[in-house]
Amino acid sequence: MNIHHPQARRRRAHGMYAATGLILGILIVAFFRVQVVQSEDWLLRASSNRVRILPIPPPRGTIYDRNNVIIADNVPGYSITILPGPVDSVRATLNRMADHMELSDERIEQVIARLRRFGREVIVDSDADFEVIAALEERRTSFPGVYIDMRPRRRYNLGAAAGHITGYVGEVTAEELAMPRFPDSIYDAGMIVGKIGIERQYESTLQGRQGVRWVEFDARGRIVGDFTGVERTPAIEGEDLHLNLDFGLQQWIHEIFPDSMSGAVVALDPADGGVLAMYSAPGYDPNSFVGGIDTETWDGLNSDERKPLFDRSVLGLYAPASTWKLASAGIALDAGVVTPDEYMPDPCEGQWYWGNRFWGCWDRGGHGYNTLAEAIGNSCDVYFYQLGLRIGLERLMNRSTEIGFSQQCGVDLPQESRGIFPDELDWFRRQFGYRPTEGEALNLAIGQGPNSQTPLKMAQFYVALAGDGSAPAPTIAQDAPRVDGWELNLEAEHIASLQEGMRMVTAPGGTAHFGTALEYWDVFGKTGTGQNPLSVRGLAEDHAWFAGMAGPPGEPPEIVVVVIIEFGQSGGQIAAPIVAKTADYYLRAKRGMPIDTIQTYREHIMTGPIPRWYRERFPQAFVEQGGR
Amino acid sequence: MRFLERWTLDRPLFFGILMLSAFGIAMIYSAGQVSVPNVVTADAWVRQVQWLIIALVVFSAVSRIPVRWIVWAALPSYVISVVLLALTLVIGEGRGTATGVKSWINIGGFGFQPAEIAKIATILALAQLLSTRETGLTSLRELVKPGAVVGLPLGLVMLQPDLGTALAFVGILFAMLYWAAAPVWLLMLVASPVIGLFLAYNTVVWSIYILVVIGCMILFLRSRLFLFESVALVLANFASATLARPLWNSLASYQRNRILVFLNPEVDPRGAGYHVIQSKVAVGSGQFWGQGFTQGLQKRLDFLPEQHTDFIFSVVGEELGFMGTTLAIVVFACVLTRLVGLAGNTDSPFAGLVLLGIFGAWLVHVFVNVGMTVGVVPITGIPLPFVSYGGTFLLMSWVAVAIAVRVAHERA
Repeated sequence: MNIHHPQARRRRAHGMYAATGLILGILIVAFFRVQVVQSEDWLLRASSNRVRILPIPPPRGTIYDRNNVIIADNVPGYSITILPGPVDSVRATLNRMADHMELSDERIEQVIARLRRFGREVIVDSDADFEVIAALEERRTSFPGVYIDMRPRRRYNLGAAAGHITGYVGEVTAEELAMPRFPDSIYDAGMIVGKIGIERQYESTLQGRQGVRWVEFDARGRIVGDFTGVERTPAIEGEDLHLNLDFGLQQWIHEIFPDSMSGAVVALDPADGGVLAMYSAPGYDPNSFVGGIDTETWDGLNSDERKPLFDRSVLGLYAPASTWKLASAGIALDAGVVTPDEYMPDPCEGQWYWGNRFWGCWDRGGHGYNTLAEAIGNSCDVYFYQLGLRIGLERLMNRSTEIGFSQQCGVDLPQESRGIFPDELDWFRRQFGYRPTEGEALNLAIGQGPNSQTPLKMAQFYVALAGDGSAPAPTIAQDAPRVDGWELNLEAEHIASLQEGMRMVTAPGGTAHFGTALEYWDVFGKTGTGQNPLSVRGLAEDHAWFAGMAGPPGEPPEIVVVVIIEFGQSGGQIAAPIVAKTADYYLRAKRGMPIDTIQTYREHIMTGPIPRWYRERFPQAFVEQGGR
Repeated sequence: MRFLERWTLDRPLFFGILMLSAFGIAMIYSAGQVSVPNVVTADAWVRQVQWLIIALVVFSAVSRIPVRWIVWAALPSYVISVVLLALTLVIGEGRGTATGVKSWINIGGFGFQPAEIAKIATILALAQLLSTRETGLTSLRELVKPGAVVGLPLGLVMLQPDLGTALAFVGILFAMLYWAAAPVWLLMLVASPVIGLFLAYNTVVWSIYILVVIGCMILFLRSRLFLFESVALVLANFASATLARPLWNSLASYQRNRILVFLNPEVDPRGAGYHVIQSKVAVGSGQFWGQGFTQGLQKRLDFLPEQHTDFIFSVVGEELGFMGTTLAIVVFACVLTRLVGLAGNTDSPFAGLVLLGIFGAWLVHVFVNVGMTVGVVPITGIPLPFVSYGGTFLLMSWVAVAIAVRVAHERA
């Protein structure tokens, strides 16, 4: 039969109809399966496709000073975040972004590693400049999976003046997330946490609760808008923190501290041990750490020989030198081995013979017979050698240990050095391999020997001398958890005689007089000349100490200030004026007095005639002069 | 009415296809409606309208050409298109997402795909070859010549490499051989080495398969098949199974991925499986009634790849739902069966073969394009006739319509 016969054609046509029906039927069945049978699954998939849960970063609590001045708060900032995707395309996107912003290769690899590790969005830059944001927004399509978000940015109003004390914040690391202090219930990758300082110490207070929002994305990772199906959970702001710190005082210290010098200033409120100011020089600006510090600045801070990252006020350990004589005196009075008016058996003749050798006094001219106050005023070593023997090495060590000279103060900061001081006889054997003799007491009594303290520790000790003998633990935050302080068992007259000794240092004729004489306030304290490894070899000057206190004349001191200046040579000349000006500022500001006329007496007479107030406050200075 | 009848020559086919073209423009318009506007896709529908007008003009011209001329032009156009295909391998360019596929020739800013012309030319050439026969193709040997006619352009297209278009040539060959009365079992045996190629991934499956093939041959051996041919077929099956691995290794990695992903899209949901998954998500979330014209969310948010060209049917699925997809498939079914119906009614063997060739090409296009949006078929870059965006493809499809109605209504 001819294949083109109508009959044959029709039969083949029918075959083709069937084939068409079969093939297209397969398609209809497939669509039925996807669109009707499985449609719920695909619908769900569709929403998970385009809806992502994004965290709303919580604002951190504000940090206030004692007068409710804001030390740290939040300002709006921009963060750049990238969503997970195929590694190659993410890397390509990041490389393109590097054309518009600072983005090192290491940072790119770090971001990719985090994307892999957490499998969720990762912050590329938590504090981007506006120019960068503008550049990226303009080229949105070139940056798939990248979105720009507002997030609170931390601002430190004290800047470099308080970098060590406020600390700074940064993105939480994987290591931190593994720590128990960062519980999963609150913390999440990408969150900003306190890294150091008060920010770290009070992280749990300052940290808010992250919110959640549901956002609709398009396929290229561009935010289209909020997903309307689910309510957003707002972020909860962290709690505010009130510090004992005085904003103005901290700034003032930063201003008056000599720029080229390294050292520390600690100012405490003798009433409760509250930290009024705590300064370490050189410092750093915590604002440069916010949003990730750039490599250049970081390297600069780390390689700087002056160690700006090192907080000298709580971490620095220095031989306390003569400032420690007050501790010997306090311990002796507390133990009842001396009375204030009593003389030591041997007068000071510039040196003293004991145990087959001569023990020198710093002043070879000698001081003769001294009362306790006079011995402090003269810083007479010979007096304190004998006092040390009276206390006895064992008692000196025990009492010092109780007072905590080999401990931390317990200040509310994440890091604090523990003082170095022998706490038992065995200490010498452990450290130096010998059994100590009583002679060790001589050295220790004048602040020499194995004795290193932080400026904060010394300040805490002077708090005891400023009040009734009790020294509460210094606290930076107002409602810091109470750490036990300690107490010297001193009577009012004991305190008075110790203060009298310190007054002699700052009185006319005293070593620190010209730097500490003030118009309105009485300043008294003790200088110290701390030897250091360089100075004993004659390679540098000694460290200069001044530990003092100040208040209105005739009233108890209202502020205790300790200053150390590395290689500052003279406590009276370099450190004492800083103490005086610090106290002056604080006492004036507290009373609303003008602060723009603060000058030490020395500054006055260097620029003009002897002021009237000086004649009134220190008439004895002129009597002496007139007598000559 | 008279005028329409005369102008369209075949109203059911013409209006069916016009409907698809209009539907396509609507869907291209919708595909351009996205959340983050894109200038290129937003205006695509306007250009498609312009191309449709051009296509209709060309249709009226081509459908006026006498069939004699068409028959006469078959061989020269075949030769020219093969030359063009060969040329494409040298000066061809990639376009759009398929930049790796050298399938376009650009002449003065105007680009076209020689493969589109080659499809029509091959249909005409093969129709001319087969129309002279009065008896069916019953032996393998008789398939060699028609196989070569299609195999030449097919091979050239494979070299581009454009797997989707190559499949269209296979569709042309089989549909026309069928119309030239090649028995179905013979066609199946011819196809068996290719099927065996895919089954070779599993030795057990392939062993069962080859036993079935041999069994079938023994069954038909006595009546029709010669010994030589059966031995050749069995050898071909073994050869394809042996070649499976080297062939697999020679595939470009994206092609391998497409096959792997076709078997399980979830193996690489962000990479090769992305398109299938996103398409299925869109189609599936369309549910029964669809999300409404222009309202598709997956489409709006740009999750659909190539949503105005290759994946236009995903937009149909998302926005018009199962109702829409079924209706569209039914319209295609009407158009395709109309081609078969016309072939059945025409006394001209040439006309019938041409109609079946066009039918075969379109059926492959529809099945592969629509099938890939729901994962029935691996992803190959092949457009949906009349619906997908693309000027020259629309034009050439309408030329095919013109030829179809012309040859079908030639009164002998």
